[in-house]
Amino acid sequence: MKLDVLYFAWLRERIGQPRERIETDAETVRDLVAQLIARDDWHAAAFADMAAVRCAVDQQLADLDASLTGAREVAFFPPMTGG
Amino acid sequence: MPARIQPQPFDLAAELRGFGQGAGAVVTFSGLVRDDTGQMTALEIEHYPGMTERALADFGAGAALRFGLADWLIIHRYGRLSVGEPIMMVATAARHRRAAFDAADYLMDWLKSRAPFWKREIGPDGEGEWVAAKDSDEAALDRW
Repeated sequence: MKLDVLYFAWLRERIGQPRERIETDAETVRDLVAQLIARDDWHAAAFADMAAVRCAVDQQLADLDASLTGAREVAFFPPMTGG
Repeated sequence: MPARIQPQPFDLAAELRGFGQGAGAVVTFSGLVRDDTGQMTALEIEHYPGMTERALADFGAGAALRFGLADWLIIHRYGRLSVGEPIMMVATAARHRRAAFDAADYLMDWLKSRAPFWKREIGPDGEGEWVAAKDSDEAALDRW
């Protein structure tokens, strides 16, 4: 399936782009992260400490075990600092 | 009952005109850019267009239901802001003050840790440091 993957804050900086469209067969967010890490050193650096990474599937906060069935957009970012 | 995300400043007085009419209590909170280091020249706020609007609308609807609000308003800015500028505001209107205060507090706790904004402090050299999330902000959500 085709998936839009978005990055924010220091994840965006480490990966060097705000978004990419990828072809993937990942079933969960965790599978997707493993595939992204395998791509290159920049992705590997961004996902080196998963305790510092949050994610959203189709703009809803999700955890690493969330299913990607039917998903169109996955975003990765650090813990949020609003307000 | 809107949530708004915008780069430009807002006028608190203008926003409150007519807000919560008929309610007995209105509470407002605004957050201003603070310089903790004495070295900050600006604050840069990044957000996740689409998800931010949705998250803020959800928080507002959740607060309205939980605290029986007559009205609510959330405005949050993004982009580059100077020290002392307003970053965001929430306003809540209810029949009595306790519900209005609690709802404003609840909205702030959710905005701090669950709204997709990221702050970066820009120093005199133009370089930025991402602001780390605070454990105390995360813990504050457990109150609700």
